[in-house]
Amino acid sequence: MLVKGIKSRPEYKGLDVDRHAKRHLFVLEGEGAGALTDQVEVKGRDFLEKSEILYLPAGAAPKAYDVSLQALSPDVFWQAPTLQPMLFRLRACLEQARMGTRLYISGTEGFIGQIMQVALEYGMDFNSIHTEHRGSTARRVQCVHCKGITDNVTTSPFSCTHCALPLLVRDHYSRRLGAFQGVNIDAEEPGTAPQPEEMFP
Amino acid sequence: MTITFRSETFRDDFTFRNSLANIRRFPFPFDRDEYMYSVNMEPHVRGRKDTIFENLIDVDEHYVAEMQDRAMVLKEDPLRCQALPHMMTAQWDVLELLMEHQAQDYPEHFTLTKDGDRWRWINRPMGIDDTFTFGDPSTLPYPPMEYITRQAQGDFCIVDQRDNNLWMDAGMVTTQADWSLDFDIGMNFMEWHGPVPLAHQIGVFDRALKFLLNLQQGKPTRRLNWTMTVNPRLDTSPENYHKWGPDRLTVTPENVGQKMHLRVELQSLWRLPRSNAILFVIRCYLISLDELVTVPKWARRLPRVLQSLPPEIIDYKGLTRNRPIMIDWLAKYDDGAPTSAGIFPD
Repeated sequence: MLVKGIKSRPEYKGLDVDRHAKRHLFVLEGEGAGALTDQVEVKGRDFLEKSEILYLPAGAAPKAYDVSLQALSPDVFWQAPTLQPMLFRLRACLEQARMGTRLYISGTEGFIGQIMQVALEYGMDFNSIHTEHRGSTARRVQCVHCKGITDNVTTSPFSCTHCALPLLVRDHYSRRLGAFQGVNIDAEEPGTAPQPEEMFP
Repeated sequence: MTITFRSETFRDDFTFRNSLANIRRFPFPFDRDEYMYSVNMEPHVRGRKDTIFENLIDVDEHYVAEMQDRAMVLKEDPLRCQALPHMMTAQWDVLELLMEHQAQDYPEHFTLTKDGDRWRWINRPMGIDDTFTFGDPSTLPYPPMEYITRQAQGDFCIVDQRDNNLWMDAGMVTTQADWSLDFDIGMNFMEWHGPVPLAHQIGVFDRALKFLLNLQQGKPTRRLNWTMTVNPRLDTSPENYHKWGPDRLTVTPENVGQKMHLRVELQSLWRLPRSNAILFVIRCYLISLDELVTVPKWARRLPRVLQSLPPEIIDYKGLTRNRPIMIDWLAKYDDGAPTSAGIFPD
């Protein structure tokens, strides 16, 4: 479970398939596949023929969620090798999307944040997008000093992959950047940063 | 009233000082001997002469030097000034408001002449004389908010109102107490105040938001906020924390009076006429402890306030390291006599 009580972080309320939608666009990462298969169990299979699934296996490849997603026989199933082509394909989908399309995102927080950023670019209201956190609680962090973003941060402090400053991961999240804030932890006495602790497994 | 503008710096050799007259007009933020968060808002109306409340947009002896420091910050980091695309009308609102107030209250220094949409703006202290078309950004050297806030003291956020919330959608922020415009832009009121301890739990932000959503045009409101900074440094951004953070280790019982500065923000909020957005002005005033203790009432009260702070606030305001040194040093100015109510010197 994610840490609660972070005021700036969006709430991930869980997927809840909207029966009235004309089309469903699922964007899933790794364990996020389970959020959709759980919905099938609750809501039945009817919505699948109006569904397009974009799936990124990420760290969960050995669990072969792609096989179970394909077995659902949605209208479209497409698997991305990495995030970049996933975002490219998503843009194409949103470019062509009609009124009545619902977007559902599930996976790690960094993944949800980045998919959400694209959706916001296309003028979707973040309140209308269904999101569900699944998988690791690793964070995507922006270094406030050099502005470089590091994905899948599991410890605090951690060393910025861009400028190498040791960063404390602050409980402050920007939806616009899709990232938490990282602030130099030993700014006052350089060299005194504590050992990294696994905070976001 | 002609102001003599000081030539001074807020970095490197730190030559910033307050004149005797400026010390007397400093907005000391503590109206009693202890401190707690509150929604301490009051109408932003003209106050007594020779205080910072005399005019609603205050210009003081630090004006020119502050504007030079802002220009340096922007050269290093252009992200300190940003505006989301839907904020253009609000930017013009801000330009008009600041030009009108500065020109009306400081006619020796600023002149605004309007001929329909053709406006002429003269800023004598900065040697600016520009004619432009109100509403046409291509007639100014910068976008309107950046243009005018490069010529006005304080940080500026323009806050959009929608969905029963306020959204930080534009800003010029170069003199902040450790928060990042680039990170917070696009956030709503609760989100950008997320990291502030205690205040959420006691409902301060719920009450403040409710109050601000009802802010009326022509009825600005204000509050004071404070923190402390080592050296008279205006740019204490998180972006540069690794550059100014080491200053905190340089405070000793010998130099605390000269190094430690009380940093007070006069925050004023203005409903804007065309955009219905709110302008949030965060004007920063600095005073060294040496300067502050020349006013006996403040010298007595400050150590009492510092003693009474809850641990969360000590930490949030970055005072953990130097609070004991300050309290020890200030103690000799506290003779135990009662202090009078209110913030002004006796």
